[in-house]
Amino acid sequence: MLTKRIIPCLDVKDGRVVKGVSFVDLRDAGDPVHVAQIYDREGADELCFLDITASHEQRDTMLDVVVRTAEQVFMPLTVGGGIRTLEDIRRLLEAGADKVSINTAAVQEPEFVKAAANRFGSQCIVVAIDAKRAAGGEDDVHGWQVFTHGGRNTTGLDAVRWAQRMMDCGAGEILLTSMDQDGTQDGYDLPLTAAISDAVTIPVIASGGAGTLHHLYEAFAQGKADAVLAASIFHFQTYSIGQAKSFLAEQGIPMRPGTVPVSTA
Amino acid sequence: MIAIIDYGMGNLRSVQKGFEHVGHEAVVTREPAVMERASHVVLPGVGAFGDCMANVTRFGLVEPIHRAIQSGKPFLGICVGFQLLFTESEEFGCHKGLGIFPGTVKAIPLSDDVASSYKIPHMGWNTIHIEKPAPPLQNIDSESYVYFVHSYYVEPADQELPSTHTEYGVSFASSIWKDNIFATQFHPEKSQTVGLQVLKNFGEWQ
Repeated sequence: MLTKRIIPCLDVKDGRVVKGVSFVDLRDAGDPVHVAQIYDREGADELCFLDITASHEQRDTMLDVVVRTAEQVFMPLTVGGGIRTLEDIRRLLEAGADKVSINTAAVQEPEFVKAAANRFGSQCIVVAIDAKRAAGGEDDVHGWQVFTHGGRNTTGLDAVRWAQRMMDCGAGEILLTSMDQDGTQDGYDLPLTAAISDAVTIPVIASGGAGTLHHLYEAFAQGKADAVLAASIFHFQTYSIGQAKSFLAEQGIPMRPGTVPVSTA
Repeated sequence: MIAIIDYGMGNLRSVQKGFEHVGHEAVVTREPAVMERASHVVLPGVGAFGDCMANVTRFGLVEPIHRAIQSGKPFLGICVGFQLLFTESEEFGCHKGLGIFPGTVKAIPLSDDVASSYKIPHMGWNTIHIEKPAPPLQNIDSESYVYFVHSYYVEPADQELPSTHTEYGVSFASSIWKDNIFATQFHPEKSQTVGLQVLKNFGEWQ
């Protein structure tokens, strides 16, 4: 049986992990490769790096991170952040990424998603959608709009329809972040996640708001997500991947068994 | 030395690093002479079947692949590299494959209820049920989890061909084994310890 996935996500800036990862037993908690290795050992199902490097010139540092990660970690790796051209995608895939996540560039140029899927295959094209509760957009139907630039810029696009459109353009997966819930640790936006999961036939990754293991459960059970993305609850070792998986399996969510943490200090 | 065939489709670094991680020397190449010298040959592949086959043809690799298979050296196909071994695929119209084995590559049927768990692509960790313990599956338990990402599956004409089966809407051949050929729909290079064991076994296969 296909299992639901747990995907830890690291924010990476200039090649270093930001948004405090506090692994006490880690040689260098700022090195994404070391953090990736820990998650690998704990049995994470995939990894996600989000490049928040401000300047385009610095982006080669991310390629180096991807190269070094792919040498050490043999699990699927998605890289997002600032991807604008087919050449950006080619270089990341060549470095060892398995999927790329496209956000702003998709909103600015939906045809870019189509071109990327045609060139590299839908399996490696993830479209990231930042959605926020907001009524009254020009094609608002469901009550959530697509935002860009970390929730600052509205697009007027209905998030559910946008997800369907991206699927039609060849996206292989949707990474759905609730901008209302992101950072709150109050739980995922379940109605949003369910609305999009019901509207598309491609997998949906829920993101934004995880604070407890029960929140992960809700994202699968009520949000109908295929995968959950989480940062803080794993980075601060509130819970290990293994604990999350045991809990979810007990609740009846199909899970690939995790492993016990390599060391707990 | 293991030759990984580079025909311009997909992430070959992971496959190469995977072999190196378990102590096997591996090179990425599109030189027929290197494939000839190699002890083992790997045909990887991601993307669309038609594009993959077009590139194999464009780089003049059809004959060298047939020769590698006929030479009897261990041969591993991965994902679309597995699908290419068959007669034809229904992905985006009908495309001819390498025709090593009779069989068709078909779309995973979409369930009527879009809210069900059957999303396409089949993406993530699923179990393999071992029917025929191929040498590269040594020390791997039946029902082990491996990583899949695909929307099409292989239906071999020969029912004896599958080495493992996996359930996803349909029960499909997640790997096949015949003589010196082993091929997987899943990605051993992305399947953590189980996958690395497959790569290790393959490299040790004589």
